[in-house]
Amino acid sequence: MKITLKLFATLGVYLPTHATGNVVELDVPEGTTPDEVIDRLDVPGDLVHLVLLNGVYLDKNQRSSRVLKPGDAVAIWPPVAGG
Amino acid sequence: MAWAKKILRVNLSEGSVKSEPLNMEWAQQYLGQRGLASKYLVEEIDPKCDPLGPDNKLIFTTGPLTGTMASTGGRYSVVTKGPLTGAIACSNSGGYLGAELKMAGWDMIIFEGRSPEPVYLYISNDKAELMSADGIWGKSVWAADKIIRAKHQDPQIRIACVGRSAEAGCFYSAIINDLHRAAGRSGVGTVMASKNVKAVVCRGTQGVGNIKDPMAFMKATEEGKKVLRENAVTGAGLPQFGTQVLMNVINETGALPTRNMQEVQFKGASKISGEAMHEPRKSDGKPNLTTNAACFGCTIACGRISTIDKTHFSVENKPQYWGNSGGLEYEAAWALGAATGVDDLDALTYANFVCNEDGLDPITFGATVGAAMELYEKGAITKQDTGGIKFKFGKAEVLTKAVELVAAGEGFGKDLGLGSKRLCEKYGHPELSMSVKGQEFPAYDPRGIQGMGLAYATSNRGACHLRGYTVASEVLGIPEKTDPLVTEGKAGLVKAFQDATAAFDSAGICLFTSFAWSLDDVAPQIDAACEGGWSTEKLLELGERVWNMEKEFNLEAGFTKADDNLPPRLISEAAGSGPAEGKVNELDKMLPEYYAARGWDEQGVPTADTRQRLGLS
Repeated sequence: MKITLKLFATLGVYLPTHATGNVVELDVPEGTTPDEVIDRLDVPGDLVHLVLLNGVYLDKNQRSSRVLKPGDAVAIWPPVAGG
Repeated sequence: MAWAKKILRVNLSEGSVKSEPLNMEWAQQYLGQRGLASKYLVEEIDPKCDPLGPDNKLIFTTGPLTGTMASTGGRYSVVTKGPLTGAIACSNSGGYLGAELKMAGWDMIIFEGRSPEPVYLYISNDKAELMSADGIWGKSVWAADKIIRAKHQDPQIRIACVGRSAEAGCFYSAIINDLHRAAGRSGVGTVMASKNVKAVVCRGTQGVGNIKDPMAFMKATEEGKKVLRENAVTGAGLPQFGTQVLMNVINETGALPTRNMQEVQFKGASKISGEAMHEPRKSDGKPNLTTNAACFGCTIACGRISTIDKTHFSVENKPQYWGNSGGLEYEAAWALGAATGVDDLDALTYANFVCNEDGLDPITFGATVGAAMELYEKGAITKQDTGGIKFKFGKAEVLTKAVELVAAGEGFGKDLGLGSKRLCEKYGHPELSMSVKGQEFPAYDPRGIQGMGLAYATSNRGACHLRGYTVASEVLGIPEKTDPLVTEGKAGLVKAFQDATAAFDSAGICLFTSFAWSLDDVAPQIDAACEGGWSTEKLLELGERVWNMEKEFNLEAGFTKADDNLPPRLISEAAGSGPAEGKVNELDKMLPEYYAARGWDEQGVPTADTRQRLGLS
């Protein structure tokens, strides 16, 4: 199934080379969790701070337990803030 | 004591300057900067006075940590009654002016009256004098800065200045110091120009003394710096991507106000984001972002220094804009971009440069252009009103022309200089102004971040993100994550952020330290610098006292519960996409809880018990 992965700020370097901007479409097996997507791209766990699934925050437990659906968008940031 | 213990009182009507002692009894209750200057203001002016009349006062104020070795200890604020809102105004700026003023030996400057002729104030340590503004009145901030430097022949003077927009009466003119740092909001620059004051020019060589316990202060400030250094946000995230990293965060969250808050997500967000500022451009291979930058004493360095593509239409044949200057921060990028539907990064950077060059608040400016675009698309204003400009959403050329017109106070720029509230009232659609108490919203849609709706509605200076930044908790998880789509617990959250923020703002340090510091980190630094036993509890009480004092000023100025509200769009038109799709802001649920948490009655008036508890007389 296809999902969209967005890696922002300093995490952009972990995107595959064919990514456009900070976004890439990935083909993942049924049953994949956000943590498995993060592992697949070798994003260091300590840099994974803010994870949104279709814009909704996932806490650490949800990242390993939530099963992704076709068309889902996972967006990830290192620790950031502003204002 | 890190206070200089001296105030410079400038009577513009008489043309006199005099030194007077700082009220140290008040300093124990209000600390400094926002708190202490607001105390002076409420004691000295009639809350009902005309903000642009001689009876209003304008206070430049430092905090006890300004100019010290505390990290980010370079802040100053300008406190006055704001012309955009009619409410108490306090605009905070970084750069180097605040520290210079302190090192010249002054805690505050109080301007009163109105000068018969344009003047500027020149301070060299203990010496202060009013000088003629001949030759700089009528000039932009950047032009005046050059002339003043050439005149005084001192490369180390620091200058805060107003631009042509303030002289023309734009209601949201800023005071710009160090060319691109701003006391930005509520029209504090407009007040300065109304008093015929063009600039404050300062040179201070005395350092900051009076530290209560220097050894303890060195230890406490170093411990504070270690916390900032080791925190992933203040140690790495902010210096690398600045506040602009939020553009994609807030857009993904579904809370990026777009096209005058008609939508909550902007397709062009990625093109104007912090990430986009790092992308090399085609013409010269260089990115928009040249480097990051720090204000005085800051160990975070979130500032953005940018260049515009020389081939971009906005700067063709304008070499004066080809160099580096202050780049886009998140709020400015949002207002100039998403609020207007413009996704041209260089056009936004140009508009930001001009806001700095002529002293405009880019938040209110961008939001007002967004409101004008909606008025135009609804047919409420026409090309006859705009001088032939088609004010359509998404047009970069409209944005760049609009900023030039407001900067110069010409043509339709005079209407845009009214701010969105007066503009929308003038053209028969007051409901299209996305503002509270006359001040425009910043970059967070309260339908997608419920707590921010309450923070905006109750902010004492009108809609503002810097009075209670619950985004930190609701979106970023600092200090702990709360759900942005629910109202439960938000009354207490907003109050806690508001009170703590008032304490940070009274100390002389930057609010951005609060991404890593709690008041537990701040208290030891203040306590080592200042006499009075400054604990976390005392700082929290101080924050609550300041908040209530500001509120009472606004009540006396004529504001009521009806002003603690949001525009109808945000409480009746549901978000159309993202996680908040179908939601409005539920202010009606939060506001009564908030009043109760504050110890206010049902009309939002502090009760006698609350006033007594906080020592407000």
